[in-house]
Amino acid sequence: MKRFAALIDRLVYTRSRNSKLALIVDYLKHTPDPDRGWALAALTGALDFPAVKAGTVRALLASRVDEELFRLSRHFVGDTAETAALLWPEKPLHFRGGVGVGSIGLAQGRWTPPAATKPASWQVSLPSPEGEGGLSVTQVVDALSAATRSDAPAILASLLDRLDADGRYALLKLALGGMRVGVSARLAKQAFAQAFAVAIDDVEELWHAIPPPYAQLFAWGEGRAARPDLADVAFFRPFMLAHPLEGESLDLSDYVAEWKWDGIRVQIVRGGGETRLYSRGGEEIGAAFPELLAAFDQDAVIDGELLVRGEAQGGAEGGAASFNALQQRLGRKTVTKKMLADYPAFVRVYDLLAVDGNDLRGLPWTERRRQLEAFVPRLADSHFDLSPVIEATHFGELAELRAGARDAAIEGVMLKRRDAPYVAGRRAGLWYKWKRDPLVADCVMMYAQRGNGRRASFYSDYTFGCWTDAGELLPVGKAYSGFTDAELKWLDKFVRDHTIDRFGPVREVEKTLVLEVAFDSIHASKRHKSGLAMRFPRIARIRRDKPAEEADRIATLRAMVT
Amino acid sequence: MAKAKPWLEPHPHGLYVRPADLWIDPSRPVERAAVTHGHADHARSGHHAVFATPETLAIMALRYGVDAAASRNAAFPYGDGFERGGVRFSFHPAGHVLGSAQIAMEYRGERIVVTGDYKRRPDPTCAPFEVVPCDIFITEATFGLPVFRHPPTEGEIAKLLAAVRAEPDRSVLVGAYALGKAQRVIAELRAAGWTAPVYIHGALEKMCQLYAVHGVDLGDLRLVGESDKAEMAGQIVLAPPSALNDRWSRRLPDPVTPMASGWMRVRQRARQRMVELPLVISDHADWDELTATIAEVNPQESWITHGSEEGLLRWCEMTQRKARALHLVGRDVEDEGGEEEA
Repeated sequence: MKRFAALIDRLVYTRSRNSKLALIVDYLKHTPDPDRGWALAALTGALDFPAVKAGTVRALLASRVDEELFRLSRHFVGDTAETAALLWPEKPLHFRGGVGVGSIGLAQGRWTPPAATKPASWQVSLPSPEGEGGLSVTQVVDALSAATRSDAPAILASLLDRLDADGRYALLKLALGGMRVGVSARLAKQAFAQAFAVAIDDVEELWHAIPPPYAQLFAWGEGRAARPDLADVAFFRPFMLAHPLEGESLDLSDYVAEWKWDGIRVQIVRGGGETRLYSRGGEEIGAAFPELLAAFDQDAVIDGELLVRGEAQGGAEGGAASFNALQQRLGRKTVTKKMLADYPAFVRVYDLLAVDGNDLRGLPWTERRRQLEAFVPRLADSHFDLSPVIEATHFGELAELRAGARDAAIEGVMLKRRDAPYVAGRRAGLWYKWKRDPLVADCVMMYAQRGNGRRASFYSDYTFGCWTDAGELLPVGKAYSGFTDAELKWLDKFVRDHTIDRFGPVREVEKTLVLEVAFDSIHASKRHKSGLAMRFPRIARIRRDKPAEEADRIATLRAMVT
Repeated sequence: MAKAKPWLEPHPHGLYVRPADLWIDPSRPVERAAVTHGHADHARSGHHAVFATPETLAIMALRYGVDAAASRNAAFPYGDGFERGGVRFSFHPAGHVLGSAQIAMEYRGERIVVTGDYKRRPDPTCAPFEVVPCDIFITEATFGLPVFRHPPTEGEIAKLLAAVRAEPDRSVLVGAYALGKAQRVIAELRAAGWTAPVYIHGALEKMCQLYAVHGVDLGDLRLVGESDKAEMAGQIVLAPPSALNDRWSRRLPDPVTPMASGWMRVRQRARQRMVELPLVISDHADWDELTATIAEVNPQESWITHGSEEGLLRWCEMTQRKARALHLVGRDVEDEGGEEEA
């Protein structure tokens, strides 16, 4: 656990993506099986120990530590796992202090510093690979997997007794899930690919096919075994992605157009009797959409947009609600009947990657589309429909249709090369996304916060607001992109020169600077006092010329809500 | 709750010793003040007469322009003291920073000790804490929760040096408070064998010189403002915490930012401050030191002040010790992460 605990500790404090990557690469390269596999599973949230829950930890602590001291500590620390890790009783450190002195005045006169000692060596080694006596990740996973509800507290206690504070933290996070170290499944896969110099696309495919601790995956990565055979497994195929279309026009005899629906990109795979739903990053999200898993009864792999029934996108004909409605269904571990009824989900299918055991990815789009049109009727139309192709004879006509999409609340248009195979990632010239022009609003900067990493010394995250009818400024969004380096310098200086109050890391500024904010759409939201939430807000322009009183009103923004 | 002793009165802005007409660590200007140590939340400017150790007086002279040579002010080495209004005052090492003292007072056969801030672990820059038996023990409680257990200092210094080794192209910018923490970190580095120049922020210069005058050798120190950006790659730089993520740090080559403080024990705290490498190095007693000290001094009564009073009170209750909390104002635990002068 020492190495794993050190990894978690470093990841907690490392903000840059590349540095996180380097840490995981190093760990994977220099940690033996199966520890590294379990660690990888823990990092990506692939482990679950049903017998160990937060309540188990709280009850266990209550048996070892005074309840009042636990309450005070938990209140201060703010996280149960961390509080428990720090509080777990261990032998106090011995300190060298004044020993019991009988009477006053033993130390007389002025203190003289101790004579310089001989320099000790400061070379310290990082924790060595586990296995020499210490507790290994594998032992921990084995013990937690074997735990039942009744013996879980005792098992957890014996593990906690064998670890130091960092180890205990890592153990509790591993046991309870929710590492919160900023490592996505995608980043973990990238680390694997980098560690063993293999293609990320291969890793993506194999990842979901092999259960933790991924022994076959490591064997293949290190060249000790052939690529695992994935027949009869519901594995994830890396998505084909699009470049943004910027200014150029395309020949519609080479490219076909489809609407860009505002939902989330998903892949449904059925193989070996199992159905899985993957999000764009290759994370499994099937638990939140059980009705889709149940309805997908064909041995096939489809690519499509996950949406909720409604009329915001394309009216009754479009049949899809706004992204906001879909958001009610995302990120849940279980769903209630009411959720299923209030926000019925479906997939608008736009590609067929495999069917009846045949991989179609090498075929041109035209051929895949032909097979897709033949395939979709085999699916329940309650949960699956076909993404229509936009009928347009030339690019100008398409541009007009796209401009009209604003009212339809559709995100824009997709352009796909007719003769292109389905290839992983973003390849030049094959697929384009042509988003509709963003909405804009003039807002007033209200608060600013420092950025991360390279931007740690700059105030680069801005909260901005618009006016109510009563003349009050209410926050409507937060943005940290869209400006140039020179503009960032200027904004940073503005914040420093116009600070009127500080709340921890946040500075409140004089309400004088107008920012033109661009955003893709705006939705009703209960989370904000203004009742509004923007999608993808970014700073389009700094409007030094515009007086703050002339910034937009909340009412104006409300009229843009979809 | 115990009653306040008639001759020592806790007020929100300090402890008042009535028979001597003298304040201990008052947070506003008074006629007569006995000061435990030089941190701004204990030593304020504007008192008419100050009684302190020679080091503390020197620090106050440097920071607030107190005239250490004026006859109304008086310096007392450890073990020494004075009598006023029938109260016998004496100064004893507290192990917190250079010159830090506990103040013991005896009046009509009763002895009260005010610790000021203290710690029990070894510190190459100041005299170790001395246990002074007493009837009433007035202790600090900055880290008065059992989550605070500072790891051994050598381990934290080793982490710092490992970071320096791992990043030969970046400078390692340690956030450490200007009085005490900065000098201790440097001295601990020297003890660990780091002989290279240590680069310091201008705000640390005078205090480091003062330490040197008082016999604490900090080795080769250089000012960041007078050094080349390239020269500081792979080197250790010290600055007050407020400079870590500020414009000042842009003059360093892509700095890694460790922060040395007892608060760093809690990840959430460290993350909030955007710290990349938290070093749990504190000049305050941790939970084990606080509880062991109360047990060792074994007073009839403990008064607990500034910090997590509630946690330590609960411990006293659990161990059947008489205790009460004093609520003094203006104790913002300056050296452990409060915003301060640049």
